[in-house]
Amino acid sequence: MNLLTDPVGITHYLIVGAILFVTGAVCMATKRNALGVLMGIELVLNGANVNFVAFGSEYLRPGVLGIGLDGQLIALFVIILAAAEAAVALAIVLNFYNNHSTVDVDRADELKG
Amino acid sequence: MEPINWHSVFFLVFALLACGFAVAVLLTSNIVRMAFYLVLSLAATSGLFFLAGADFVGAMQVMIYVGGTLVLLIFGVMLTAQGPFISMKTSAGEWTLGIMVGGLLLAVLLQAATSIDAWQPAAVIEGDSRPTATRLGMGLLGARVDKLDEVDPVQRGGMSGYLLPFEIVSVHLLVVLVGSAYLARPKKRVQNSSWEGLK
Amino acid sequence: MAEFLKQYLSPEWLAYAIVAFIHAFILINIVAVGALVFIWLERKVSGRIQDRLGPTRVGGKFGWLQTLADGLKLVTKEDLCPKGADQFLFLAAPYVSFCASFAAYMALPFADGWVGIRLNVAVFFIIAVIGLEVFGVILAGYASASKWSLFGAMREAAQVVSYEVPLGMCVVVPVLLAGSMDLVTIAQMQTAGATQMGWFTHWYVFNDPFTFITFWVYFTCATASVNRAPFDLAEAESELVAGFHTEYSGLRWSIFFMAEYGSMFAVSGLAALLFFGGWNGPLPITHWLGLADASNPVLHYAGNLLGALNFVFKCVVGVTFMMWVRWTLPRLRIDQVMTTCLKYCTPLAAAMFAGAVVWRFLLPGGLILPSDQGLVREAHTEIQAAAPSDPAAPAAADNTELAGDRVAHVTPQNELVGAGRGTH
Repeated sequence: MNLLTDPVGITHYLIVGAILFVTGAVCMATKRNALGVLMGIELVLNGANVNFVAFGSEYLRPGVLGIGLDGQLIALFVIILAAAEAAVALAIVLNFYNNHSTVDVDRADELKG
Repeated sequence: MEPINWHSVFFLVFALLACGFAVAVLLTSNIVRMAFYLVLSLAATSGLFFLAGADFVGAMQVMIYVGGTLVLLIFGVMLTAQGPFISMKTSAGEWTLGIMVGGLLLAVLLQAATSIDAWQPAAVIEGDSRPTATRLGMGLLGARVDKLDEVDPVQRGGMSGYLLPFEIVSVHLLVVLVGSAYLARPKKRVQNSSWEGLK
Repeated sequence: MAEFLKQYLSPEWLAYAIVAFIHAFILINIVAVGALVFIWLERKVSGRIQDRLGPTRVGGKFGWLQTLADGLKLVTKEDLCPKGADQFLFLAAPYVSFCASFAAYMALPFADGWVGIRLNVAVFFIIAVIGLEVFGVILAGYASASKWSLFGAMREAAQVVSYEVPLGMCVVVPVLLAGSMDLVTIAQMQTAGATQMGWFTHWYVFNDPFTFITFWVYFTCATASVNRAPFDLAEAESELVAGFHTEYSGLRWSIFFMAEYGSMFAVSGLAALLFFGGWNGPLPITHWLGLADASNPVLHYAGNLLGALNFVFKCVVGVTFMMWVRWTLPRLRIDQVMTTCLKYCTPLAAAMFAGAVVWRFLLPGGLILPSDQGLVREAHTEIQAAAPSDPAAPAAADNTELAGDRVAHVTPQNELVGAGRGTH
């Protein structure tokens, strides 16, 4: 198979990033468990990180610096902020669970008009 | 037979693991298994980062994302995984809608990814002079030492240091710490009328 | 070795696969045989501390083969899976723990250049991967469908995740002193510069009082990280039946213990590399024997082998120390464990880090670290000349500056860093 012998380019990383992103987005859209939605968010951020690191890599495009370290630094910041956001989101979910005894997002309809 | 490009082989392995376990997260309805598959998917993504030459980001992904965020998530799962909430199924209508929109998005992204010729793999990767993490550290302190590798002076002008975002993120984390501690504090129970009779 | 084999085997990838397999085989044997030896050692040490002999029958007077007999017994046991358990997670959990523990050996150097892969961020990688072991424990605890297991798993997860914070801060102090996260570099910097002699006075633990205290804090945090007593509430036999591995039997149970002893060896190895000079002995024996910088490959190999044995000896001392502490001190309660972490270890680690920075600042040479000098010098000259630099130069400069003076100071570099930070 030619994938085993040909070098890997940015395209391959972008495909992986796209699959992770779309899987996360569909996960956010279809899961009923609030924690499942959180996992979708993590997948989305991960897909974006893969893209950033791919563009910032100097091995995938030999000779072209591109965005250089920007890619890695942005990915670093995304990881940090994702951790922070997961902490806050989890606190909210736990509060919701304490008040409503359920983590089903379909039950969060008190503001439904 | 052409020599096998081991870089590509490992990329394929890690990419299949990452995508496969991500799809498994989507398809399974058991929340604990979802968390486990997510751990494996993110760990495989970290392998992808190492292959792209981003050693520090890869190690950070393992440490913070997998070792921190996902442990947090698993704690949340354990705390709320009581009987009926372990497996919640979504209706078929929602699945079709989700898959349709997701499929369209995937088609657009794949089309964009494969259509630009400049992104196709060009030459074989030579040499083993991996960049050190010192450049990342200097970048976070404001000195972009990789700026000098860029031959185009116009591009060089746009490369700035990351000291301000670094400080902002530090304060942000402090705010998040305080906020989460506040949100998750033990709350006073509402007094029932039956208790008042005992006083 | 791969090039050597390539000439004899027609499919080229087979040569690489075989070489990779050999390296992996060596590393996994270190973990597996190490676990075997450590279990025997634990029984002997605990026996002696408790004024008894330990195993004395199997394999001669000292019971050398006792662990092997135990291993055989475990292999022949029935592989149970509780009925209410989540079967897939139950079966997979020990392997997650073991993989996390074993992955740390990829970046752990045994001698100068004898490392699975020489990562530039090796320290960070090892800390990150050791912290993954907790997943195996949590999954085991949950999937066993037994409340003892779940309690043990949750307590251990809280403990390991909390102790990662002071562990990371303690580990940063030797990284600060060496200027690199590369473990090979850190250990190389603990020789005395140009003469490359390995006297123990150059070890980082004796470098300044802050690093000395940091080592003890690191050791405490490392013991907590691998769940060794007095921090072993996860497997607290007297309280929780057997904690998270209650429902495991046979080979899966032994895989948990291989993971535990593997992690103990890995964190002892990290301590040896960061604080005790790694393969550089207390005495510069390889230098006296003329093996240090020999151009003859056989002598160089012999020098490295001596270094590797030295390193393994230090790790075994570390592990024995952990065992000694285990059988001497009583177990801590979970609230005591958390208090130790958050009220004692973390502030102490932070204070030591601040102290080490100030100590470094007071030394002549300021904050320029020797392994940075190459990169900073390159950047400085290139900014002056306003010309693109050779991308391979910083990496080469990093390697060549290793043997340079530890207290070299050049004013232009100070100015550059001052300009970059705006503080001087």
